[in-house]
Amino acid sequence: MFDILIPSLVDGLLLGFVYGIAAMGLSLIWGVMNVINLAHGPIIALGMFGIYLAFTILGLNPYLALVLVAFAGLVLGILIYYVAVNRVIDAPHLSSLLATFSVNMIIIGIGTAIFTVSPYNVDFTLGAVDIGPIRLLWTRVAAALAAVIVTGLLYLFLFRTRTGKNIRAVANNRTAAELMGIPSSRVLALSFGIGTMLAAIAGGLIATFFPFTILAGGGYELRSFVIVVLGGLGNPLGALVGGLILGSLEGIIPVFMQTSWVPVIEFVLFVFIILVRPSGLLGSRV
Amino acid sequence: MKKLLWKLFIVLALTSIIITACAQTPTQTEAPAEEPIEEPMEEGEQAEEMEEAEVPAGEDMTATTLTLGYTASLTGRLNVSSGRQDNGLQLYIQDLQDAGGFEVGNEVVTFEPLFYDDESTNERVQELYTRLATEDNADFLISPYSSGLTGAAAVIAEQYGKVMITTGAASDSTYKLGYTGVYQAYTPASRYLAGAVDHLKALDPDLTQVAFVHENDQFSTDVVTAAKDYAESLGYEVVLFEGYDSETTDFGPFINKIEAAAPQALLGGGHFQDGSTFARQLYEKGVDLAYVALLVAPPEPDFAELGEAAFGIVGPSQWEPLAEFTPESAAEAGLEWFGPTGDEFVERYVAAYDEEPSYHSAGGYVAGLILQKAIMDAGSYDPEAVKDALDAMDILTFYGRIKFDTSAESHGLQIGHSMIYIQWQRPSGELEKEVVWPPEGATAETIYPLP
Repeated sequence: MFDILIPSLVDGLLLGFVYGIAAMGLSLIWGVMNVINLAHGPIIALGMFGIYLAFTILGLNPYLALVLVAFAGLVLGILIYYVAVNRVIDAPHLSSLLATFSVNMIIIGIGTAIFTVSPYNVDFTLGAVDIGPIRLLWTRVAAALAAVIVTGLLYLFLFRTRTGKNIRAVANNRTAAELMGIPSSRVLALSFGIGTMLAAIAGGLIATFFPFTILAGGGYELRSFVIVVLGGLGNPLGALVGGLILGSLEGIIPVFMQTSWVPVIEFVLFVFIILVRPSGLLGSRV
Repeated sequence: MKKLLWKLFIVLALTSIIITACAQTPTQTEAPAEEPIEEPMEEGEQAEEMEEAEVPAGEDMTATTLTLGYTASLTGRLNVSSGRQDNGLQLYIQDLQDAGGFEVGNEVVTFEPLFYDDESTNERVQELYTRLATEDNADFLISPYSSGLTGAAAVIAEQYGKVMITTGAASDSTYKLGYTGVYQAYTPASRYLAGAVDHLKALDPDLTQVAFVHENDQFSTDVVTAAKDYAESLGYEVVLFEGYDSETTDFGPFINKIEAAAPQALLGGGHFQDGSTFARQLYEKGVDLAYVALLVAPPEPDFAELGEAAFGIVGPSQWEPLAEFTPESAAEAGLEWFGPTGDEFVERYVAAYDEEPSYHSAGGYVAGLILQKAIMDAGSYDPEAVKDALDAMDILTFYGRIKFDTSAESHGLQIGHSMIYIQWQRPSGELEKEVVWPPEGATAETIYPLP
């Protein structure tokens, strides 16, 4: 049994880091501006296609291409914010929900027209190493490392830079922040941009080990919702921890039962956390 | 407000996830209901106008246009395969029109398509086929792509007494429901992987342990259940038999189970996305298997995008451009030949769409051919006469043999057509498909065991 359990747990944990990065983007946007970004999944898919195009057309190493994808994600997020979110930021939540859902449909529609729903694959591998019963794929290890680095940089940005402190101030009390002279609209746009950047990075990392379609982001978006509740709404580090928990569950559960039970168990846990600790495992704050 | 919104989201998400998870054989992704399409596609409009007009074509001949109603998944997750099927059918109709139609008594008959986008969902298929059968009053129906959608369409075709040729739909279960007007062009799922088991037996009679890992949808479950029974009847020990969800991306836990069960051969898979993901992870994890046969994904040209992970993978295909069914082979088998040769079909398809046809495309084309042949044999387009002709049909086309089960238990099930099996090889350095089974159609030796 351990011959299956341990490798599955390791696989799940490594994947959990990437889930964490994806959820972190969603968590940051919610934490700063109380917007549920339903365009999160398609942006993850765009990150995948970004890596694919950079790798196949430009011949770039996927990890170098990740820098470009991150920058593109940031710019795209700021653009989405000003076009679709800015005007409804103070409207009832349903408005921002519909606005981001519209963006979701637009991206999927354009993406399907360009890429169809055929799977694409980044034919890239870093090989593997065997440690006892565990076969570690270096692409997954690299993705986990990238996730840790991105989390560290995000924390440095939020806690050690003036702009980061502005974001936290706006998240805590936008009116007070504005009275202190913080340009909240720009801060919110930047926060949305960083959130989408994280989603794009997660998509880019996933593309290095899974084939994908333009619809592939949907599953990761759903997982992200579970993770942000699990880790704590608006708490980026909680998102990483939540990602690891979810990844572990996805690794371990299929060892014992049908995969159909994975989402059932995940969402039972989701409800349990809501009931017992609504602020999530690590509390809710940016 | 924030809490209220989250609670609303939780309730919706939980409900949908539990329903999905508890379903043992999920079929199609549900999509939000939308306003029905008010107008059919452009070709449909033309068809409606043309059906009214019967233009004299000769001294005693009149021209008649029959409408073929169907839906295609122009959007949604099935759009690639369905699009190719639609291309094949449209090409057939265009070829027929270019040839001036075919004679039935003193009429020259041509077909016109009347189709809608079903968005890859059952709900739209049910709605649109009802419309095709009632408001549009299509003369004959062709199925949508996929077993799930076809199952939904077949109920309606039968209910309204329309003859339907199904293509792109291999599941057996649709033909076990007592329908009398639904006829299958594809080799049924129950025989999809049986040839792979025979192939394996021929390659290595000493091999005894096999694993089946498959997608948990209707089609894939039908296929592997039948293949498992067949393998066991040949004396194989099935060391692992397990399904995975359609949305699975990480096959790590399954691969760990496969390694623990230590089979010598693996059969299964599901559709393109999961099949290609599975193949890639099998390769990356370096699983020690002598033979791997996966459903649907390997015959697709895009499977080569996997690079080295595609090498050696075997896949069943309904048809390949390499397949050699000819008027001569029909004569040898004592069968009537009907339609263009494979080369002619490929040439026309490439000219029309600038890509090599897949078996989905060939399936679309042959659906039209089957209907044409049935109407010609019946000498009428009365549905009952056409059904009788379909029941009696036994022909060879570029796509292979076509013959239907006429028993009450499995009426309309395809019993003439056989699968062929391809393997990705590197005959000249580049990845290319080679037919490796059955031996009479093989273009290369099988690479066995896998490196």
